[in-house]
Amino acid sequence: MNRICLLSMVLLVGLWGLFPDATAGQNATAATSWFDTNRLNTFVLVIVLTGVILWFVAAASSGKTFFIRKIAGLETVEEAVGRATEMGKPILYVPGLNDMDDVQTIASMNLLGHLAKIIANYESTLYVPVRRSLVMSAARETVHQSYLSAGRPDAYQEDSIYYVSDEQFAYTASVDGIILREKPAACFYLGSFYAESLILAETGNSVGAMQIAGTAKPPQLPFFVAACDYTLLGEELFAASAYLSKEPRMLGSLKGQDVGKAVAIVFILIGCALKTLEAATGNEAVSRFSEYALWLFK
Amino acid sequence: MRRNIPLIITFITGMVLILGYFVTRGPLHTLYESFSDYFAIITVFAFILGGGNLIKVHLRRIANRAKDWRYSMVTMVGFTVTLIVGMFKIGAPGGWGAAVVEPESWLQFIFDGIFTPLAATMFALLAFFVASASYRAFRARTKEATILLVAACIILLGRTPIGGWLTGWLPPELSFLDLPNLANWIMAWPNTAGQRAIMIGIALGVVATSLRIIFGIERNYLGRDE
Repeated sequence: MNRICLLSMVLLVGLWGLFPDATAGQNATAATSWFDTNRLNTFVLVIVLTGVILWFVAAASSGKTFFIRKIAGLETVEEAVGRATEMGKPILYVPGLNDMDDVQTIASMNLLGHLAKIIANYESTLYVPVRRSLVMSAARETVHQSYLSAGRPDAYQEDSIYYVSDEQFAYTASVDGIILREKPAACFYLGSFYAESLILAETGNSVGAMQIAGTAKPPQLPFFVAACDYTLLGEELFAASAYLSKEPRMLGSLKGQDVGKAVAIVFILIGCALKTLEAATGNEAVSRFSEYALWLFK
Repeated sequence: MRRNIPLIITFITGMVLILGYFVTRGPLHTLYESFSDYFAIITVFAFILGGGNLIKVHLRRIANRAKDWRYSMVTMVGFTVTLIVGMFKIGAPGGWGAAVVEPESWLQFIFDGIFTPLAATMFALLAFFVASASYRAFRARTKEATILLVAACIILLGRTPIGGWLTGWLPPELSFLDLPNLANWIMAWPNTAGQRAIMIGIALGVVATSLRIIFGIERNYLGRDE
């Protein structure tokens, strides 16, 4: 990874050099600054967060172990696959409705890789209907790799991962049809969802499927919580890949994320206290101090 | 090398997009603004990939008389008819020179008369599914479930005229117990606080996942390693 980062930096600087400065050789004129100072606080936050996460990744690489709490939805993944195998029914995986430019879809692809490996070992059937063509290509590569690493390349069926439609409700209708006809024993809804989340979850519930959902869209979480057996809430979806792989560097990044949350909690408490004091006393010094103290999150 | 090239591309692209957000001019800023256009162009070509896969999968099912092949037949007929009508502008008042979506064209009729009602029907199913999910979920089995049930009842009644009718007689000193006011308070304070907490966690999760992908720690999305 170090060699790759170094080579990438060299390429980046080299690419920069290919674009000559158009103003070279002309008289000096006024222009906007290179750096957007309005985003300085965001820049500082990015640097701090990145540094913290990379520090924990490096600590994990050097052998330090970290405690990660149990996530119920992820502990039952193997149980869900085993249930499907015993019942002789397929497993349905819906990677969300967005394209590969959404980080939730990337997280879903990572999870699909882990799940496909378990499915390959259990010799179960997997269906992955997708809404976007690029997601189909990525899902096929991911699942194929998983089957290869599980030593079951013969079990991989390319046509089980297929494109349906770009239209939201056309896709939903198709997935509902698959659920009602194939009656999967386990349904996984992991990715970005919109209004169709409850339609999918309720249809899956109607056929008695074990359902595990996860999304980082807060408005859809209540529907999944109400209709599914297990739900990964927001950040748990992003932690899932690290959780299932148990790879030290990925677990280290989870701890870095937790430190970020701890910092947020501290600043929320400080902010609440300062704003309460400001409202109670009306003191200008307190008001100025709170403005400086909370500049980072403005 | 087959794995390293995508990792290098990922790292450079990630760095360009992160730095481009803070840089106001120069090639980095230009690239930052152009990347979304590049992605949009790539996804247009991806339509061909998706369409081709759709035809292949469904034609194979029809040819092999696989399970539920008749649904594949319906899909292929709908796909072919819409494609031909749209591509050759059949029935468009302006003929070949008309816009793709002409108000009185056959394509517009397919969209307005077939697609839109079907999509609205699927959306309408939500009303019934909300009722069935609520009936199943709102049971007072545990302390948390009871709180959820009470809150759901308050908001359900408070958002309808019956809420105002039930508690409208309360004196002004007790107006905070008025169901619509209680519903608004629950949505504005505890609900917003919970949503914001989840969003903070999500934001940190996105940052961590993005960094894992940019620095090549997470590589599952790359696929085969041959």
